[in-house]
Amino acid sequence: MTRFWQIVIDGFAISALYALGATGFTLIFGVSGVLNLSHGAIMVAAAVAAWAAASLGQHGPYLAAVAGVAVAIALSLLTYGVAVRPVQRNPRIEVAEREIFILTATLLWGIIIQETIAYLFTNNAKTVPPLVDGVITMLGVRTPANEYFTAATCWIVIGLLWLLVNRTRGGKVVLAASMNPRGVTLLGFELSTMYLAVWSVYGLLAGIAGVLLGMFLGVSSYSVGPLTASAFSIVVLGGLGSVTGSLVAAFVVGYLETVTAYMISPAYRTIPPLLLLVAVMYLRPQGLFGRR
Amino acid sequence: MIAETQAVAGSSIPPAAQLAAEEINAKGGVDGRKIEIVAYDDHSSAPEAVRAFQRAVSEDKVNAVIASYLSEVVLALQPWAARLKTVMVTPGATSDVITQTIAKDYETNKYTFHGYLTSSAMAQLICEAAGQVVVGSYKMTTAVMLSEDAAWTKPLDEAFLKCLPAAGLKVLDHIRFSPDTTDFTPVFNKIESQNPHVIITGISHVGVQPTVQWTHQQVPIPMFGRSSQATNSSFWQETNGAAEGVLYVDLSGPGVAVTPKTLPFVAAFQKKNGNVPAYVGFTTYDEVYYLADAIHRAGSTDSDKLVTALEATDYVGTIGRIQFLPQGDPHVHGLKTGNGTITGLVMQWQGGKQVCVWPKQYANGKVSFPPFVKLPSH
Repeated sequence: MTRFWQIVIDGFAISALYALGATGFTLIFGVSGVLNLSHGAIMVAAAVAAWAAASLGQHGPYLAAVAGVAVAIALSLLTYGVAVRPVQRNPRIEVAEREIFILTATLLWGIIIQETIAYLFTNNAKTVPPLVDGVITMLGVRTPANEYFTAATCWIVIGLLWLLVNRTRGGKVVLAASMNPRGVTLLGFELSTMYLAVWSVYGLLAGIAGVLLGMFLGVSSYSVGPLTASAFSIVVLGGLGSVTGSLVAAFVVGYLETVTAYMISPAYRTIPPLLLLVAVMYLRPQGLFGRR
Repeated sequence: MIAETQAVAGSSIPPAAQLAAEEINAKGGVDGRKIEIVAYDDHSSAPEAVRAFQRAVSEDKVNAVIASYLSEVVLALQPWAARLKTVMVTPGATSDVITQTIAKDYETNKYTFHGYLTSSAMAQLICEAAGQVVVGSYKMTTAVMLSEDAAWTKPLDEAFLKCLPAAGLKVLDHIRFSPDTTDFTPVFNKIESQNPHVIITGISHVGVQPTVQWTHQQVPIPMFGRSSQATNSSFWQETNGAAEGVLYVDLSGPGVAVTPKTLPFVAAFQKKNGNVPAYVGFTTYDEVYYLADAIHRAGSTDSDKLVTALEATDYVGTIGRIQFLPQGDPHVHGLKTGNGTITGLVMQWQGGKQVCVWPKQYANGKVSFPPFVKLPSH
């Protein structure tokens, strides 16, 4: 019975973290059709920056976490400025080919960030000091208090994002732009300003997810690829562009991994979600909640 | 010199080699000729290391190669040392297969020297230390082995399964995990459910993550054994202090005068590079010295003469007295261990410092555990 509750609690924390990471990824895709393959690199950069601020800069854990998120926002805007916008605006790249160019550009940009991190801070894993110390024993399961804090923060941030998109004027414009960008420009909204805002929000989400991941499990420059891959498969599993789909898929993947790790072996935890992804691709190519 | 300069351990290799070369050159070099170090980064990849090795031999005309702390890389380079008839010494790889290959076909593979412990020799040292420290002082009787799945841990685990029971520790379980593992919660929960007195570690590719999660989850079982990343001075910072109480076995440690050369080396390294060397720094530094000594004794840089001279090495370095096992031994060209040659140390992270807790003649502190660790009550 203890094992059951262990799976429930551990799986919940990791799933919430996946959900937060994937939400930003799907937001960018929904609004601007961009699959940002430097996603993992931005998350890792946030965590490593928070670690560096705490460990090398001798700052407190809160300031360090804020520094990590700030780095992620800056990097996110830089990604848009360096890897996405120039491709979108380049008249020599055909419209039909832009998506593949952006995929390549963001992938390479992610590798540049990854190698820079490894060069500056080595490829050894780093961990961010937790904001909450100690352990909580609930239902016979001893869990670090910071794990509950992580899950709670993820849900609060996702909730705030929902409010922002559905309950504010700016959010409604973003929602409208994801359905019909031309219509939004005709109504007098500047798309480029909106993209900047969306990339900032994305940076904020990826930054929070990265710093929390750094506290929970730790990251190294090796984590870049797997993080991008997990966000990508969650978003594809849930249906590209569907936020609800991403949230559900994050929990499916998180629990599938946790159950595998406990019941079979931690060495195989990433395999069942990938098999599920292949199965979904065959049976329901639009994903669990996809519209197309 | 071929190293993994982005990895914390590997990054100690180039500066240590450089330091030894500068010291030797300042004293006139080898018979009047200067030592030049050509450094390559293999990015922890065997194919890149092989290309670097070929280039080092054919373009840079090096006389000997000091290569890598990764067994996977050294095993890939070994056939090239044979084909190109170039002496290669590894400062940190541990797989037993390296010396077994030499034993199998000595004439072909005699150009490889194992400048660090083989995994089975390492396991022997750990068992011996465990017998005295955890069994002797703390009356522990049961253990779970926790090793990453890599080339070097296979012989390590085989040796553990034999020598831990002999040292007084019953092995309750034997967990091998993928080096990609990031979440160790299930691993620690599984170990805890078996209630061992101690976790015997065999980790090198990972280190920071299991250590931090051990502390955050307050796993009440001490960790003891091999933890390569814990040998680095930066380990405390990388784990934000979660390293407190981690016990590991090594040949050298900061502040431990294993030989009269150890502390001056650490001081010189620190002055030049701003940090203390990882374990491979010590062995690399020694290797440059005994290679220079062998070239001097051979009176030549000819590879075959150099092999004969290296086999006669009797050199007191920073890690102890260095002698190679002779032809006929199953671990030919491995280091001799035991009293009078190389003996292990048990180190423990305490309050941001690596403290030596065993054996008595080197100890500068006592074993202490963080409050969440529960010791067997007898």
